[in-house]
Formats: sequence, C-alpha cells, structure tokens
Amino acid sequence: MKFSDEFEARFAEMVPHYPTKRSALVPTLLYAQDEVGFLSDEVIAELASRLELTELEVRNVISYYSMLTTEPRGKFNVQVCTNISCMVRGAEEILHHCARRLGIGNKQTTPDGLFTLEEVECIGACSWAPAAQVNYDFHENLTAEKIDGILDEYKKRGTQ
Amino acid sequence: MTQSPNHKILMADVNLTVDGKKVTAPAGTLLIEACKTVGIEVPSFCYYPNLSLQGACRMCLVKIEKMPKLQTACTTVISEGMIVTTDSDDVKQARKSMLEMLLGNHPLDCPVCDAGGECELQDMTFSYGAAESKFMEAKNHKDEQQWSPVVFFDRPRCILCYRCVRVCGEGMDVWALGVQNRGVSSLIAPNKKDHLECEECGMCIDICPVGALTSGAYRYKTRPWEMTHVGTVCTHCGDGCKTTLGVRRSDTGMEIVRGDNRDKSGTNGDFLCIKGRYAFDFANHEERLTQPLIRKNGKLTPSTWEEAFELVGKKFAEVRDKEGGSAIGVIGSTRTTNEEAYLLSKFARVVLKTNNVDHHRTADFPALSAALRGKPDATASMADVFNAPAILLIGNDPTEQHPLLAWQIRNNVRLHRAKLYVVNSQTIKLRRQATSFTQIPLGTEGKVASFLSGDEAAADALVSASSDNGSIDKDGWIALRDKLRGEQNLVIIFGSEIRANDISSLVRFGAGISGAKFICLADYSNSRGAADMGLYPDLLPGYHPLAGTSDFHQEWSVAQAAGLDLANMVEAGKKGALKALYVVGSNPVGRLDIDPFAFSNSFVVVQDMFLTETAIMADVVLPAANAYEKAGTMTNTCGDVQLVKKAGEISGTKSDFEMIVRIADAMGFDVRKLVPFGGGTRADMGQSRGAQSGEADRHAVWLEMQGLEPKLSPLDPMAILDEIQRLVPGYQISRPNLLAGNSEHTSLTKSGAGAAHNPESIAPANDTLFTSGTLGRYSRTLQSVLESHEVKPAEVAAD
Amino acid sequence: MADLVSHPDEVKVVSRRFGLGATNLDRYLELDGYKAVQKALAMEPDAITNEVKASGLRGRGGAGFSTGMKWSFVPKQSAKPKYVLCNGDESEPGTCKDRLIFEHDPHAVIEGVMIGALAVGARSGYIYIRGEYRYLSVIMQKAIRDAYARGFIGKNIFGSGRDLDIYWHGGAGAYEVGEESALMESLEGKRGIPRIRPPFPAVVGLWGGPTVINNAETLANVPHIILGGGEWYAKLGTPKNGGTRLFCLSGNIAKPGVYELPMGYNLKKMIYEVGGGIPNGRKLKAVVPGGSSCPCLTADEIDVAMDFDSVQKAGSMLGSGGVVVIDDQQCIVKFALRTMKFYQHESCGWCIPCREGTDWLKKTLIRFHAGGGVKKDIDNMQYLSENMLGRTFCPLGDAAAMPTIAFVKKFRKEFEDHLDGRPCPYEKEGAAEQLPAMAH
Ligand SMILES: Cc1cc2nc3c(=O)[nH]c(=O)nc-3n(C[C@H](O)[C@H](O)[C@H](O)COP(=O)(O)O)c2cc1C
Ligand code: SF4
Ligand code: FES
Repeated sequence: MKFSDEFEARFAEMVPHYPTKRSALVPTLLYAQDEVGFLSDEVIAELASRLELTELEVRNVISYYSMLTTEPRGKFNVQVCTNISCMVRGAEEILHHCARRLGIGNKQTTPDGLFTLEEVECIGACSWAPAAQVNYDFHENLTAEKIDGILDEYKKRGTQ
Repeated sequence: MTQSPNHKILMADVNLTVDGKKVTAPAGTLLIEACKTVGIEVPSFCYYPNLSLQGACRMCLVKIEKMPKLQTACTTVISEGMIVTTDSDDVKQARKSMLEMLLGNHPLDCPVCDAGGECELQDMTFSYGAAESKFMEAKNHKDEQQWSPVVFFDRPRCILCYRCVRVCGEGMDVWALGVQNRGVSSLIAPNKKDHLECEECGMCIDICPVGALTSGAYRYKTRPWEMTHVGTVCTHCGDGCKTTLGVRRSDTGMEIVRGDNRDKSGTNGDFLCIKGRYAFDFANHEERLTQPLIRKNGKLTPSTWEEAFELVGKKFAEVRDKEGGSAIGVIGSTRTTNEEAYLLSKFARVVLKTNNVDHHRTADFPALSAALRGKPDATASMADVFNAPAILLIGNDPTEQHPLLAWQIRNNVRLHRAKLYVVNSQTIKLRRQATSFTQIPLGTEGKVASFLSGDEAAADALVSASSDNGSIDKDGWIALRDKLRGEQNLVIIFGSEIRANDISSLVRFGAGISGAKFICLADYSNSRGAADMGLYPDLLPGYHPLAGTSDFHQEWSVAQAAGLDLANMVEAGKKGALKALYVVGSNPVGRLDIDPFAFSNSFVVVQDMFLTETAIMADVVLPAANAYEKAGTMTNTCGDVQLVKKAGEISGTKSDFEMIVRIADAMGFDVRKLVPFGGGTRADMGQSRGAQSGEADRHAVWLEMQGLEPKLSPLDPMAILDEIQRLVPGYQISRPNLLAGNSEHTSLTKSGAGAAHNPESIAPANDTLFTSGTLGRYSRTLQSVLESHEVKPAEVAAD
Repeated sequence: MADLVSHPDEVKVVSRRFGLGATNLDRYLELDGYKAVQKALAMEPDAITNEVKASGLRGRGGAGFSTGMKWSFVPKQSAKPKYVLCNGDESEPGTCKDRLIFEHDPHAVIEGVMIGALAVGARSGYIYIRGEYRYLSVIMQKAIRDAYARGFIGKNIFGSGRDLDIYWHGGAGAYEVGEESALMESLEGKRGIPRIRPPFPAVVGLWGGPTVINNAETLANVPHIILGGGEWYAKLGTPKNGGTRLFCLSGNIAKPGVYELPMGYNLKKMIYEVGGGIPNGRKLKAVVPGGSSCPCLTADEIDVAMDFDSVQKAGSMLGSGGVVVIDDQQCIVKFALRTMKFYQHESCGWCIPCREGTDWLKKTLIRFHAGGGVKKDIDNMQYLSENMLGRTFCPLGDAAAMPTIAFVKKFRKEFEDHLDGRPCPYEKEGAAEQLPAMAH
C-alpha cells in the first residue's frame, strides 16, 4: 500500500510523539482518508500492521468517529450544520437548498461523484451561523444565494 | 475505559455498613462483592467477577452516605466506615428506570428466544419491575447474523454489557470481538467483518446474559426448563473440565442438547473449549452402533447381545484354556472410566490370565510416578495452576491441546501476576503471557531437563543446536535456571516431549525448589486413569511392577512375568501367536501406525461406538456407551479425580463396564470375584425416570435375574471404586467430596516404583482445538468448524 | 477566517492579540510572547500554581473547576511521566471560542501548556484539536514547528536545562471526546469511551501517568496571569470567578460574535447592549446561557451575572460560554428535539441511561413535534430525563437530560400546543418538508 511522501513524512514524525504506537491512530486515519478518499480494507490492513493492532481494533475506532468513513464519498463533502445556533438562523433551509441544488439527500453522493451532502453537528461556527464546511473549508453566514455561488465554485474546481 | 479488578492480595479488613448490617471484608474488595458476603444481592449486568470493570449498565447504583449521587457498587472499593443503602426508594427507582430504558429497544421475543427462562434481563425485570411500558416508538431493528458454525448474533437483544468482548479478549486472549459504531448504534462486531475467526470456545455465548449470542448447536432445540441438567466431565482432552449437560428425552433414549458450565461447579469455572461445549454430538451420530455385530461368512452381521456374549465368552475361554492367557491381548481405553480401566486390567489378569495389556500411551506417567515416589504433595492440581506464583512450561501447546490448562495459566498471569516461563520449540500462543520465552529446536526438550538438573554440557548442546531467534546463549540458560531456582512453589508442567530419564532429571531439579510441583500432560480424557489403573503389560494399578510384590499380587494372584506391549502384540499377531484380541474403546489401527492385517489370524472383539478402522476388522463388535452415558470416575492429567455422571442414553448400547462383566459371566467366572458388589456405599438405584433411568433399569433387570436384593449390582461401578480406593495408592480420596461433585487430587507418593519404558512407545495424539482423536471425526460441530477454518485460529495481537 | 467583532465593554486579555498577526512568531514575541514562560522558569513550581490559584481562574471547558486547584492535585513524585493535555475538542453547540484562539494566538496556547507543565513537573504536553478544525491544526502545527526551531520548546528550553516537548494531536469527529477521560482514550488511539473515575486524570491519566487536562481558553489565559499577576486577573472578574471570559453570542441576536467580557457581566446587558438585541423586531423567548447542555433561561430570568456561581443560582450553568439566543418565532419543542438529536448522535453508547435514554427521547420528540404526541409523552419525557440525570457513566447523559427537563418544565404550554395532531404553531408555511433523517 502506497501513501504519498507527505503522508509518510507526517506519519514518521508523529509516531515517536507517543509512548504507544497506537496513539497515532486517530489523526493518521483522517490523513489517510484525505488521501485515499475513504478507509478501504487495504488502508485498514496497512495501518493495523504499522501500528501493531488488529484490523478489528482499527475498525472499532473508525466506526466511532463521525468524520471517518469506510465508504467512498464525493470529492466535495458538503457538511451543513443544523445544530441549534444554525437552526434558529435558518440552517434547515440551507440544507434543503443544497439538497435541491444537488438533487441528493443526506449522506448521498451525486452521480458524477463530485458532491456528498451531509447534515452535521455543531462545527464551531455558531457566532457566524448558519454555516457549512466543504471538506475542511468553512463557509459562514450562509444564505441560499451564497450557497449557490459556493457550489458553483466547487463544481468548477471539480470539473477542471 | 477499563480498569483491572482488584487482586485478592491479603490485606487488612475494612468495616462498613450495608442496609444496617455490619460488613467486614478485606481492603480492596469491591462494594458489590462485599454486599454478597452478607447476602445482599446488588443487581448487575456488566459486572463479571475476574473481568475488567465497566460501570456501564448502571444497574448496581447504590446510595453511599456523603456522596451526592448514587454510586456504582461494581466500581466502588469499600472504605472504612462507609454507610451504604441498597434498598431505598431512589435506588429501586434507579434500577427500575434502567430496565425501562433497556426494554425500550429490547425485543420482547422471549417466547422464541433461546435465553427465555435463563435470561438475566427477564429475571431482573421480574425482580425490580418495569412492567408498565412507557415506550411507544418503533424499536431499532437489525437482522440476525451467523458469525461461525456455532455463533449467532442477534443485535436487538444485545444489552451491551461487553461481557463477551472481555471474556474473549481478557479471558481467552483471542480478542475476536469488538464494539463498533457509537451511541444507540453501537454493536458487538466480529473480527472478520461478517464472521469470526477465533478459537470457537463459545465463552461469549455462555456469558451473554440475554439471548443476543446463541449457539449454533443448541438454538431453537428446546426450552431450558425442558432439560434435565447433569453435571459431569468432558470426554475430550486430559484436562477434565466439568460440564453441565442439558439432556432431553428422545426417541432413542436421552439426547444431550447442550453443554456449559454456568454453575461454575468445577475448577474450570465457566470455562469450556469448543469440544467441551459442543462436541457431545458424536453421541447422536447416525453411524453410531446400536446392535452387536458378529462376523458371519466374512461379514459383520447384527446379532443379539446374548449371542454375542456367549460367543465371546466361549472363544475367550477356549483360547485361554487351550493356548494359555498369553495368547490373548487386551487393549484398553483412554476414554473409559477409572472403574472400567481398572476392571479391564483385573479382568485381563484374573479372568483371561494374561498380562498382555496396554493402551494408547500419550505420556510417561510411570516415569513420573517412579521419580515422585515417596515425595508428598509433589503433583499439582488443575486448581494449583490458577494460583501458583510461578509456572515453568516445557513443551506442548496447551492452547491447542490443553485448553483449560492454558486458561488457568493465562488467567493466573492476568489476575495474580504469576510468572510464566515457557520453553518450547514453537512460538506457542502462551508466550504472550510469559515473563520469559525461550525457543529451542524440536527434540531438545530433554536437554533442557538435563541442563536444569545440573548437566552443564547440555546447555552447550542446546546453544549449538539452535540458531534462530528466541534462542539464548549459555549465559542466558544459566540466568534462566538461576531465576527458576529462585522461585517458590513453582509448578513444572511438561508435555510428552519429556519422557523417561528426562522426567527424573526434572524432578531432581524441582527438588531444589521449595514447594515445586509437577504436571505431566497426557492427551485423552482418562489417559491418566488408564495409566493409574494399570493398563500396562508390566505394571499393575498404582504403577506396581509385575516383577515385585503388592496388594494386587496377593488379591489377584497374578503371574509375575511382564506381558506384551502393543507393539509386541502386533508382532505376535503377525506371527499368528496372538489368538485373541480384546479391544475396549480404542482405535489402534486408526490412531497408531498399525498394519490393519496384523490381527487377521486372531479372534478380535472390539467395544466401540462406531465402526472404526479397528472395529471393521473385528469378529465381534459390541456397541458401547460413551462417557456421557455412564457413571464412574475419571482422573485428569494432573491427577484430579472427578465423578462422571450419566447424562445421555442411546438405546442398544451398553457401558464397557457392563460388557466386561457380562463377558466374564459368559466365561463362567464368578462375577462376585470381579466386582465386589454388595458392600459399597452407593447404589445407582430406584430411578425409573430422568437421565439415570436406563442404568437403574438395567440394574433392576440384572438383579431380578440373579435373585439379588436391590442394593448393589455387579454393574455398579461404585463397587469397583470401593476396591480402587482400597487398593490403588493415592486414591484414598474423600468419597463424600467426590460425590458432591468436587475434584479430589490424587498423589503418587505411595505408588509403585513404575518401570522404565521404551520412550518410543508413547505416541502423542497431536490433537488440536478442533480435533479429538477418533471421537472428533464423528462430531458434526467439530467438522463444520474445521471446514470453516481453512487456516488455524489466527494469532491476534493483544492490546 | 471567522469575523472578529468588538464592543467597548470588552476587556481584552485572552483576545488581546486577536487580529494582530500573532501567528507569526516574531510578531508574537513583540506582543510579549514567551515572556511568561521565561518568568515561570525562574519560579518554583508551587509558586506558579499559587499564582494561578490566586487568579481565581476557573476552567473554561464547562465545569468551571479551579485551575490552580486542579494542578495542585498532581502528585509531586510519580514513577510514570506526567503530562499536560490541552482540550481543543470544542464541540459543545453554541461554542466557537477556542477556534479564535487557535486562529489568532496559537503560541499563547503553547505557552499556557508549557507553564502548566512547569507547574506540575510534566515534560510533555499535547494540544488536541478537533478534526473539523483542520486549518487550525495547520496553524498550530506551524506554531509548534516555529517554537521548536527557536529552541523555545524541546531540549534545554531557554537555556534552563529543562526539556519540554509539545505535540499536536487531532480528532476525527466526536463530541464525547471532549470529555476529559474520553479525550485521553482518543489520544491513546482508542474509541472515545470515558474512563472509570476515580482514579482521576491528575493521578492516573494519559498512559497511566498523572495528567492535567485544561481547556484551550483556560490555558491561553495562563501566560497573562503569570505576567500580570494573579491578583490583577482576579480583580477583572467577580469573587471566586477571576478574569474575563470569551462569550460566544449566537442565535437570534443582532450582532453575534465572540466577545471578551469580564466575569459576572450581566446577561441581559450582554444580549441587548453588546449583542444589539433581538433583530427584526422580535421578542426574546429564551437563552441557553452556556452551550447546549445548560438549562435554558426564560426571558424574565436573564437578569443574571454571568459567572459560574450566579448562573448556577439562577438554575442553569455558565458552561462553555456559548450564549444561544432564541426569539419568539422559534419552537421550543423543535429546539429541544434538535438538542436531543445531537446528544443521541454523540452519546458514546457505553452506558444504558445515556445510550437508550437519548434515543428514546429523540424518538419521542420527533413524533411529538410531528404532531403525533399524546399528553402522557410530556410526563414521560420529564420522567426519562430525570431518571438519566446523575446516573450516567459520564456527564454527557446529564448534558442531555438537564436542558430537556428545563424545556419541558418552563415551556410545558408550548408542548401542550403540539398535542392532538395539531401542526407545530411555529412551522412556517410550506416548510413542512421533512428533514432528511440524521443517519448514524
Ligand atoms: C460530554 C462532554 C464534552 C466536553 N467537551 C469539551 C470540549 O469540547 N472542550 C473542553 O475544553 N472541555 C470539554 N468538556 C469538559 C472537559 O471534560 C474538562 O472538564 C475540561 O476540558 C477541563 O478543562 P478546564 O478545567 O480548563 O475547563 C466536556 C465535558 C463533557 C462531559
Ligand atoms: S452480546 Fe451479550 S454478552 Fe455481549 S455485550 Fe451483548 S448482551 Fe453482553
Ligand atoms: S454492574 Fe455496575 S455498572 Fe454494571
């Protein structure tokens, strides 16, 4: 299993930060997922052997964390927060707008593989609500029009 | 997340008050355990003695004075002056609400659930009440999954107590179960995504408080209350696990439908391996023999018992009287009871007048008995293995061959921090528990014994023989020996790799260590009994050499010349010198490399359950009952004697005991001289219903025929046990304790001097977790598990 | 990235460097950076702890425990290494303050961890940042690298002969991992299941060693306390509630944002003066004063000083500083449902009352809000919440139960308005469309 040099450098740097190897697991999984797109059986087997864990243990951990996934997702994961601060400022409308625009429901992926839509819990943008994250980028003080622009921008990036 | 349970290191006592009662318990005791000592039961799901603490189910909440909130009794360590309430309204309400919340998502399918009637959730609801359902929502559903031939998982029933995960990981060191997802979606998951790859011990099923994990062997077969439960001993390996068999009446007798040890009545506690738990099904295999067979015109043809006994009796008497007893060979069993082994040994010498007696030897017990003669308390019991502060294990792979021993070792290390020293030619799984693991080349185990006993040169040989990793240099060997010499109460366990003089070397080494004790590992359920009861050509019961004197010489008036061992019987058979062969519960042709035509010229009688490779060439085959279908005692590899009780029954079979007696009778022998019945202390009588009924009925028939009073019959093995207890050294054990279902350790102190055997005559069974000699081949469960495991149980990393 | 706001009533301590480019190490040094740690290096460990005690600094993560006290529980002697762990998992709905600290002043967090380590005798510290905050992790990783490059952390720091390592660690999406013992599990590469306590982390923590766990804001305050003195800091706030606090104003408020105000600042004033009141001419219905775990206060309960003790007296909690304002157009049942959905989704699942209780409450609230409620449901919800309270394995169960109890008790009428198949009175025309269900 081959990861990028950047991943390898980060992994090599991180593991000695802890007295036990497995301590590096959670952030390593996220970085691996960022590269591969999802945590495939192959990635799981590789990280298990590197961190001296069973694949079961790795799966136990993966399935606990909501950002980690063993299923492929779209290139852009549109995560709309609908938690309280966002909700009272119209987050549901934003979510529905995305759903209509993309033609998909929660946790679904567009047929072109570009977008996945996900309703998420509070992302720490309460004072700039309503908010969403596309992959790791925050988009705040959203309105339907703003969302359109944002999705157009990603679509352009994704199809270039 | 988890925390080790406190260890029972002797500590000062602590005083507390629970519900107004004064309680005193050692410091470090958990509150839930302290409550038990005064009969106060604090309910719990996730708490399980000897497994790590969870505090997850919250059933055990109690009130502790000065604490603002209710506290979990399962994680609270008692402290001086603590004042605890377990029966106040708020405590009761807490329990009730936990049950209500659990039942919110729990299917109420008790009528079709395997655990119905034996479910801790049912019991708890009954006791603490959550009768009124406040829940109106749809329950979360998930389909049932099959994880292995023997393990099924029904997620909705799971209450997430994590017992299964812990017993698999902490108890078994297998770590095949995990927890996945979180919150209400949390579920127990198997290590291979949709199935399990594990040792298939079934501990997870047994420990599950509800019907979430169910057994492929038992599910949907019966309701718990329709079974009779019989506590007996497992028939498979030499460890002697106590097992409780659930039996039910069937068309052909009594059928065994389940095995477990939930009552924790034996040294094995609730442990059982795959064989103990499921592999009783050989008993109901359709190839089971249920009628005597006599070879007529070259073909084995069904006959009546009368005809068969008459023929065998006549033939045996004929050969004995014409050719002399030495023309008869007897091969005994490693799976029959002590009483049967003893009776066979006696029958051979006294009735057949032959010393040509042997069995499938898998360990050198005679050498151990010789080396330990006169040394009191020098053998360790299975219970000792769990408590010894230090253990030396040379050879064998207990995980595969002695699962209970492995469990005892593992959990001793885990719970008592015992030190484990392993010397092995393979990287056996127990190395994970070892303080020190030393790998040696195969076949050099004896050298280790020599070195330990002071032969310095042996170390050089060991060092030069090994090159690979895990091995150590001479200084390493010396350091290891020094460490071992510094131990106290060391239990020295060795496999069949160590034989003859190497055993005396080990015993000499042990003599320098205070409290050292030994265990010699043999393979079958009553290998030790077969040896102790003198199924040898040159040894009488208790390892008394024929060439010598003993009580037996007087009582039995036997010839002093040693008979033929198995190999020599084969030779004699080939030469036509062996005119008759009596094989009781053994399959030498199938299990040992014996020419099937060796006995073509002998009159061969085989008692067995199946038409084995040996039975198929016999002149008479007598259908035998197995150890689950009769009463008696067995001795495990450590020398622990336990009571075997009759659970199942297949009509048309007889116990080996009865058959031996009937053959003696047919030979015109006064059976009173064989079985001293009439003066014993226990009779299997009076029962006309239930599991024991068949035996009692047969007693009754016999008694009536003989015009005897219904007290004891010559078919009662207990009559022979009386004689064993009277004559076999070491077997002067407590009968009441035995009858109460406990194990009684025998000692080799006063046994005979043994005899130097040809070490070659020992042939290990090489069974694995999933095989069990000839028996295993007739267990569908074992076969299906073997098929599902293309690879050996994978070794997985511990946390 | 996130917009900064300001108000004349603000007293800037921890936010002093916001917007001043302090992610750049040189700029940070110009702004008194790494002076506090040098000062602390010259102090006795106990003196550092005493200074923090004197400051009246209380944990900004939610529980408000005295930071100096917490540090003093760490045993002086320990066979196992000691650690300082900065909790930057910030996931409590309504809370978005640690984010600004990481974004604008990462070195202050590093410095705070260092001073904590000096006080308790730890030689390594970890800064745990939630997985969603990737851009902040990038900032923090760079800050750590820069500090190592200057020799501020690592071997022989500031020539003191002491070694001190600081590491970044990232999460991957889990609110429960903010709970201190689950945080340690997560850092050790495990599922975020809390640990049995006692033993407390200060005695047995990360990898078995004594561990101090503090919120990022708590630690970012520490350098200022060391430089300005505990007494100065204490005086900024109210008795037993030293200093200032980052309040995250959100919800139906005209000028949402993160404001640094003195402890004890009046909530009403905060909403109407600092936050500019309720927009669009609407009226205030309720305020969640400290993040979603805290019982709401009704419009007539908000004349309260925002310090730990006063808010507790008012029947709620100061929590993590997330002030969520709810106007009269909002449906409390829906608000309660969204809150419960969150806790149901984030429950680790370890213990029965939290795992089952949150699921049950969520299901009931969904049905109830959709118009399928019956009268008994209202009592059942209160019964269930009250039976979770104080009986769960960790405080997440309480966090789910407490707001629910308050909603049901304080807005029973609104719940009753949903009964008998009546449509939600607050649902806007045409918005009846069902939300896609939260998958887990
Ligand atoms: C469910 C739960 C979630 C929590 N999440 C956070 C969090 O995201 N950030 C945080 O600093 N503290 C959080 N806490 C509080 C921590 O357990 C802990 O008290 C805090 O980090 C201690 O730091 P402090 O004393 O500086 O507040 C949470 C507590 C609970 C019970
Ligand atoms: S499967 Fe059974 S034993 Fe295992 S956690 Fe679930 S209920 Fe408990
Ligand atoms: S037995 Fe104590 S919490 Fe389960």
